[in-house]
Amino acid sequence: MQSWRESPGVVVVLLAPAVLWLLLFFLIPLGFIWVISFGERAGPVAIDITWTLANYRDAIDPLYLGLFTRSLRIAAISTVIALVIAFPVAFAITFASPRLKPILLLLVILPFFTNMLIRTYAMIAVLRRNGYVNFSLEQLWEAGAFALQPFGLAGMLGERFVPLDLLYNNTAVVFGIVYVYLPFMVLPLYASLERLDRSLLEASLDLGASQFRTFFFVTVPLAVPGIVSGIMLVFIPAMGTFLISDLLGGPSSQLIGNVIERQFKAANNWPLGAAMSFLLLYLTFVLLVLRAWFEKRDRGRG
Amino acid sequence: MRPPIVSIDGVTKRFGETAAVDQVSIDIQANEFFALLGPSGCGKTTLLRMLAGFETPNEGRILIDGDDMTRVPPNRRPVNMVFQSYAVFPHMTVEANVAYGLKVEGIGGAELRRRVDEALAMVRLENFRARKPDQLSGGQRQRVALARALIKRPKVLLLDEPLSALDKKLREQMQLELVRLQHEVGITFVMVTHDQEEALSMANRIAVMDHGRVLQIADPRTLYEHPTHRFVAEFIGTVNSLDVEVRSVDGPHARIRHPLLGEITVERAAPDVERGVVVARPEKLRLDFSAPPVDGEILLDAVVEQIAYYGDLSFVFVRCPDGTALQISRYNVNRQDKGDPAAGSLCRVGIHPDDLLLVGTG
Ligand SMILES: Nc1ncnc2c1ncn2[C@@H]1O[C@H](COP(=O)(O)OP(=O)(O)OP(=O)(O)O)[C@@H](O)[C@H]1O
Ligand SMILES: [Mg+2]
Repeated sequence: MQSWRESPGVVVVLLAPAVLWLLLFFLIPLGFIWVISFGERAGPVAIDITWTLANYRDAIDPLYLGLFTRSLRIAAISTVIALVIAFPVAFAITFASPRLKPILLLLVILPFFTNMLIRTYAMIAVLRRNGYVNFSLEQLWEAGAFALQPFGLAGMLGERFVPLDLLYNNTAVVFGIVYVYLPFMVLPLYASLERLDRSLLEASLDLGASQFRTFFFVTVPLAVPGIVSGIMLVFIPAMGTFLISDLLGGPSSQLIGNVIERQFKAANNWPLGAAMSFLLLYLTFVLLVLRAWFEKRDRGRG
Repeated sequence: MRPPIVSIDGVTKRFGETAAVDQVSIDIQANEFFALLGPSGCGKTTLLRMLAGFETPNEGRILIDGDDMTRVPPNRRPVNMVFQSYAVFPHMTVEANVAYGLKVEGIGGAELRRRVDEALAMVRLENFRARKPDQLSGGQRQRVALARALIKRPKVLLLDEPLSALDKKLREQMQLELVRLQHEVGITFVMVTHDQEEALSMANRIAVMDHGRVLQIADPRTLYEHPTHRFVAEFIGTVNSLDVEVRSVDGPHARIRHPLLGEITVERAAPDVERGVVVARPEKLRLDFSAPPVDGEILLDAVVEQIAYYGDLSFVFVRCPDGTALQISRYNVNRQDKGDPAAGSLCRVGIHPDDLLLVGTG
């Protein structure tokens, strides 16, 4: 490693492909979008760059701000749920036997083997009125009604089974986001729990703390880097998602991502879409800066 | 005599097929500084972890102050541990680390503050209370671990190789410090170490372990001068071991034969030793060039092969005509000393039968 640092030529050669890739397919297109966000539509395809701020003004229209707040809320709720589900999972994997561990990790990564679109469609099959969840509930309902019949209580469960409307609402969107992004929460949590020195947990128990206290006063604080990374990795894409809300959400679950997508496609208002994208991007930057600041502070203190 | 504060009764711990701790029974008295000594992998840590409650024995019982603790979880045992890696909580200040165990008990306010101050003063860390562990040296971190455990006023303090991560000077300083602390707080210390000098200089009593078994439990002097096993003799200090033929045994003595020594009577380490080796400590042998033998001493001709000079003493390695190698230590008592013999020179080695001991090889 040391010698690499001393010969910059090697570093340049090694980094060149990645830098080139980022430049060509990320930074330059991003620059275009940034420039377009200061433009005006001059025809079906033509855009004049007039350095106007009108798009940004339009983007913070109360209508869009409402959508933005809803996106924020749904992303936040999804992130919290993902965290609550992922922590025990990551904890269990960390403490699983060495034989079981790779299998469990594989199970976490397995969903990545299928396309996100397909996975989201699969959720429709699970949640729709005649989907798997309702099917199971119906079976339970029938069993319950059958069991209650001899007591003349069959009516207690209603005349007939009414399937639940699980799809096309905000809950379904949250469900979809949690389902799709859960691995992004589990993996960083696992990484930071794996690094955790077990003797710290033993020391806590040894000092008389319960398992519960040990978890909240030792495990969780020391897993903060993983928690922060996991939150970032779930919250940021959740904030920008449009596929999940499109497929699983109802008319009132449109997210800011859907609006942006519509500006680029149906509404053909690239400048507004670009401005909205960049507002979202700035928010992401703020979050990343905050994280960097937290990390620096933590490293400075211990 | 009071009942032992710790009573380990026929404890076995197996990991898979192998027994890491094998049928161990030890009684530790209140206020003792007890050391578990043995080579790497002999099961010391495993035994200590069973006292702390992190491992459950497969067989046997562990009593602490008369109560059966065999299956009691670590957070309900009246013992505390200083971990080998110290395990100081990195996200808490020194003060928070030390206070942790009391807060868990629900102690707060003035009493918490008083006892934290007291504990920090005891380990001389008053001026470091607001620091985070990564701003401390290894020795300071260890003292945090000590204060954190001692503040709980445990019946027994368990220490797993507490000094192994420190450099030599600091280690010697901390050895004295630990002994002082133990006197001061009057708590039973059980310390794991693989360093025999550390065990000898610090502990009141030592259990020597090998392959999960306890070979001998004794005070340092007895261990050094009256080891019962060849392993103990060779593990503690250095020793010359001579294979001998035992002619007869009679009470505490044995009649042995050795080509160099002839047929002589030596002490037996234990009543069950009927075969074995004769051991002699290097400082018990006398390097002699001309002087006549001391009363009863056997003089052997030898050639000096090598010399290791340590400043305060030197080890002289010699070989007898029959090929037997011996090492002799000489103290360099005055500066005008003419020094060690040259390699290759002829010398005589004086051995007194009283300094020989027949030990078992089992
Ligand atoms: N959790 C475990 N699972 C399997 N084997 C173990 C476990 N803990 C210890 N052992 C084995 O038990 C034996 C004793 O280990 P122990 O840690 O008690 O040794 P030790 O005397 O403390 O050694 P050291 O001086 O190296 O720390 C070793 O052979 C070790 O490999
Ligand atoms: Mg050990």
